[in-house]
Amino acid sequence: MSNILEMTGIQKSFGSVKALEAGDFTLKRGETHALLGANGAGKSTLIKILSGLYEQDAGTVWLDNQKVRFHHPKDAKAHGVYCVYQEVDTAIVPELTTAENIMLDTFASGKNIIVSKRGLEENAKIVLAQLEADHINVRKQARELTLAEKQLVLIARALIHSAKLIIFDEPTAPLSVYEAERLFKVMNNLKEKGVGCIFITHRLPEVFEVCDRVTVMREGKHIFTSAVADATQALIVEKMLGTSLENVIERRNRHAGETLLQLQDVGEGNKLKGINFTIKEGEIVGIAGLVGAGKTELAKAITGVTPVSSGSIFVKGNRKKINHPKAAIENGIVLVPEERRKEGLFIHETLRKNASFPNLKKFSKAAFMKAALEKTFAKRIIDALQIKTDSTETSLNHLSGGNQQKVAIGKWMSVEASVYLFDEPTKGVDIGAKKDIFKLIANLANEGKGIIYFSSEIHELLAISDRILVMYDGQLVKEFTQEEATQEKILLYASGGKEEQSERQKHPVSI
Amino acid sequence: MKDKSIQFLFKYGAIALLAIIIIYFSTVSSSFLTYGNFTDILRSISIVTVLALGVTFTLVVNGFDLSVGSTMSLSTVVTASLMVWYDMPLWLVLILPILVGAAVGLLNSFLIVVLGIPDLLATLSSMYIIAGLHRTYTEGYSIYNYMPLTSGGTAIGELSEGFLWIGQGQMAGLPVPVWIMLILILVSYFVLNHTRWGRILYMTGGNEEAATLSGVKVKKVKCAAYVVSGIFASIAGILFTARVGSGQIDAGAPLLMEAVAAVFVGYSVLGAGKPNAVGTFFGAAVIGILLNGLTILNLPYYAFDIVKGSVLVLALAVTYVYAKNRMSASSG
Repeated sequence: MSNILEMTGIQKSFGSVKALEAGDFTLKRGETHALLGANGAGKSTLIKILSGLYEQDAGTVWLDNQKVRFHHPKDAKAHGVYCVYQEVDTAIVPELTTAENIMLDTFASGKNIIVSKRGLEENAKIVLAQLEADHINVRKQARELTLAEKQLVLIARALIHSAKLIIFDEPTAPLSVYEAERLFKVMNNLKEKGVGCIFITHRLPEVFEVCDRVTVMREGKHIFTSAVADATQALIVEKMLGTSLENVIERRNRHAGETLLQLQDVGEGNKLKGINFTIKEGEIVGIAGLVGAGKTELAKAITGVTPVSSGSIFVKGNRKKINHPKAAIENGIVLVPEERRKEGLFIHETLRKNASFPNLKKFSKAAFMKAALEKTFAKRIIDALQIKTDSTETSLNHLSGGNQQKVAIGKWMSVEASVYLFDEPTKGVDIGAKKDIFKLIANLANEGKGIIYFSSEIHELLAISDRILVMYDGQLVKEFTQEEATQEKILLYASGGKEEQSERQKHPVSI
Repeated sequence: MKDKSIQFLFKYGAIALLAIIIIYFSTVSSSFLTYGNFTDILRSISIVTVLALGVTFTLVVNGFDLSVGSTMSLSTVVTASLMVWYDMPLWLVLILPILVGAAVGLLNSFLIVVLGIPDLLATLSSMYIIAGLHRTYTEGYSIYNYMPLTSGGTAIGELSEGFLWIGQGQMAGLPVPVWIMLILILVSYFVLNHTRWGRILYMTGGNEEAATLSGVKVKKVKCAAYVVSGIFASIAGILFTARVGSGQIDAGAPLLMEAVAAVFVGYSVLGAGKPNAVGTFFGAAVIGILLNGLTILNLPYYAFDIVKGSVLVLALAVTYVYAKNRMSASSG
């Protein structure tokens, strides 16, 4: 087998941040190659360079032994490089039919002015048949397709253009177990046709199921490549983290006190249904769920961003109406949101101003701000959270993702909250900062705060939570104690399955 | 290199421009660099500055108010009519127009905050509504002392001495409107830069979602900014009436452009990078001095809009090019 793709010494920086230092990657014809790495390892930057979204600062890309450089996604497509993203909706035109979506690029590029509907549908049917997906009606509007079907449409679109290689960027994250199974069949199909597949995933078992080789990246560098048959899960995790998982998260003493927060039959529109749970002092409750399960919606309902439409919330035994984050904060409930740059921080303001903002009254006298008080507080959180910065007057956009996240957490220290909600707090955070954040959350729990930890990173939930609740389709479908919970069980319930259907999950770890 | 020059332009461009203008005009005209001319300039920019301070508040919360010109016109005729038509006492003459301005602010925030119409379009509409309203109110006539009324007879009142002092008087070597302007600048500066409210206003403008999640009632904050803008516009209207000594219709319309330009010139003064009270004053001064100098040079008044528009475009260009650079430097 020959290499259809060779990327060597790829470098890319954004401002002063080096996203990629030494990106190396090869792909053989008809191979499925897993590309793994923790968040921020540089794999998505590498992929974006390959698909023409970014241009590399240094390094070369060889495609079919031909040196190429893509300035635009169009260039990549012209060379047969296609991408199936996790967010399929960005690439699908909902108003058009399935056939039109599959053939989109052919008539968008516009050689013929008149588009023959029948011709389109014929061609679309042929490709779908190749993918064994002829159950999809080509006349259906794309908006009516399921997520999995939309992915197939994108793959079909790539096939129409005789793609040489297709990048699958976390395609299984939003899929159920069965839909994922189907997708793997399609991938094996592609392999037989000689198409190279790059497969990015956070679920290790899938790597062992469909991939031939695996490459691990860490901190912008190529770390390790091996045939899947020669690798073990433990080895891959160790390569990804640079240390074994057990060393990252420290144990803490667990003991639960009084009930802080109770949700009774809470619902919000059609996004949340019948949610019941309690959280006690010193307890860390993990909420697991795949993308779109309703985790963020639940976090926002509890904190009044999108107030609950039914059911009740009790704070320390008293029923409270929380219809705005202000009310939540007054009741000691605070949220560290998922999109910290968009929702959590004022990115162009200084650390001092960000830190003091949730509780301005504490830092002012008769409406006048006291900069000295703000500074003292900012210094305190810099020390307490080990934020890497030389001054309280640093603008936040000069800090790394991990340090920004620490500010987003630290700013709540002035309101003396009793319940902390963390929505995917380790997203886009490097492993060092991740460790600090875990330590910080454990410390908060040790001080008697209640923690609700929303995450789709199951191994992190397993490591930090006292209890784990699994969400699926806006409902809590299962509760596990720390002892009962395993990766497989959680994943099973999170993808809408039930215990007896669990024959697929053979491998114990995933990242 | 390119980045650095943009950075420099952004930070010191307005100051450099001002220095160049002053140096140039003082070399071509001996009457330019005199105390008398400078108090004249200050007096001539006082009304625009007050108007622009209101616009500053709406820009701080990432909104915009195009209706300030019309609001000022409305306030001008209301102020005059209260004295000329109804012969009301001075305190009412000062308070009622301000309430009218606040009401306009409430109308704007209803359109923008409650109905969700984009700020530019909402205030564009209210700009026309209010302009029409104030012409209807006076039936298209300007208001002056003992004017003949369309219903027959003459008006009963006149603009009082005490009222005219607000626009025409002198105090400690400076015209009264200049003092009023300076006080309002100072108050705005302290509120925006040194109080809790200012912090909330800026943060709301900087990131509405993050402000909400930090417990700020963003709708109320925005509403407050539009009300402040309406109040400043009506103060500008009162000053105008007192200065001119009659209630001219459409008094505020030509000032909208200057006010907006002032805010955007001030946006970048000393690298603030956001709308701010001192910068706004500075921007108004740049425009005022430029127009004063051009008057001395006998540039015809009908060409002034070209100058004002160019200043605005220049300020916007610097601001947006800088913002674009800043965005690309901080992404990724």
